[in-house]
Amino acid sequence: MSDKTKGELLIDHNHDGVDRRGFLKCMAWAGTGTFCVMSGGVLKSFSLSRLGEFDPGASKGELQFVQISDSHMGFNKPANPDVAGTLKAAVDKIKGLPNAPEFLLHTGDISHLSKPEEFDAVDQILKDTGKEVFFVPGEHDVLNDDGAQFRERYAKSAKGAGWYSFDKKGVHFIGLVNVMNLKAGGLGSLGHEQLEWMEDDVKHLKHSTPIVVFAHIPLWSVYPEWGWGTDDSAQALAYLKKFGSVTVLNGHIHQTMQKVEGNVTFHTACSTAFPQPQPGKADSPGPMKVPAEQLRSVLGITDVNYVQGQHALAVVDSSLA
Amino acid sequence: MRRRVCSFVLMGAGIAAVAFMGGASRSSVAKAGQPPAANVEVKIDNFSFGPATVTVPAGTTVTWTNRDDIPHTVVSDDKVFKSKVMDTDEKFSFTFAKPGTYSYFCSVHPKMTGKVVVQ
Repeated sequence: MSDKTKGELLIDHNHDGVDRRGFLKCMAWAGTGTFCVMSGGVLKSFSLSRLGEFDPGASKGELQFVQISDSHMGFNKPANPDVAGTLKAAVDKIKGLPNAPEFLLHTGDISHLSKPEEFDAVDQILKDTGKEVFFVPGEHDVLNDDGAQFRERYAKSAKGAGWYSFDKKGVHFIGLVNVMNLKAGGLGSLGHEQLEWMEDDVKHLKHSTPIVVFAHIPLWSVYPEWGWGTDDSAQALAYLKKFGSVTVLNGHIHQTMQKVEGNVTFHTACSTAFPQPQPGKADSPGPMKVPAEQLRSVLGITDVNYVQGQHALAVVDSSLA
Repeated sequence: MRRRVCSFVLMGAGIAAVAFMGGASRSSVAKAGQPPAANVEVKIDNFSFGPATVTVPAGTTVTWTNRDDIPHTVVSDDKVFKSKVMDTDEKFSFTFAKPGTYSYFCSVHPKMTGKVVVQ
């Protein structure tokens, strides 16, 4: 996994006594199953392997949710011949968290080939969490039908291609679709209609409202050569400039990566199906084979905590190993 | 006398050779000015089209085969043709009746682009 502790990320812009270095060092441990919570301005870490010793009160934030991504139900090549099994392992991980998440976000590529039975299988497996799931589509979910099936299943009352927003405990969530109407040679695309909707959606929110944006393809330029970016995301981010805390959660690249820019924290999640190479480290961004016994260590979930009054959300990745 | 016989023989051989070549070109990559090849293959692998540009005579059928372990599509920039999604080993064919330059891309991974030049 890429090194998260970059020099640029040291500014304590939230004035909460926790500097980015500490926060990110904690996150770097997350690959081995460490769970970090910001509570009362103090960053605490817990090892998931010592679940029995947890004091639930100490680790509870005001709002807790989990992001999963890229389940690619229907994929059956050597990189992972059992994506249903690894998705079930992710569900087990979620059920084993010290404090239950309130809901799940799925940042797309739910299915591999947009087949009804693939969506059905994911729904069945995620039902076991007992939690509501909010979805945004990946490019694999809108094949052949311009996303009609996706919207019918997961975004019935959404606008346009399936974008929507909702509020939980004072945090405003925005689900965006950047996998439709892609242009030759281009990256992800939000489009004019969606951007107009978004501008209107956040217009009257107080600057202190924490914002979480979730979309499939990264909304920052991770690696354009491989299509890992969104052509018109700058416009979307401009609408969020006034907010003190913005967290952007993406998938698509099948590895965790993080960037902080001003008040915006960008984070990409692992896949629950198969890993992909780091930018430029292979000929193409396709499924990356690893020894079978290592597979679960390169797949994962992301746990997110928010404590009211604290600006930043604590974003923690843990593998399925 | 001898020379005329020789030249007759040579000419006959020449005609026979041209006829043979005409038949053989049916299954290989076509050249402009020759009779159209029945089929031209483009392989999709490693998130790229190979060859990225093919030049064919009008009437040629181009067949794309996906050899990648990820599904891809073939979509013309100008909406002239559009495949369904192709998983590994699946194919899509299109016959190019009219001359022109047809740029296309994979609608799932739009950085993948290719071109069919029809003469």
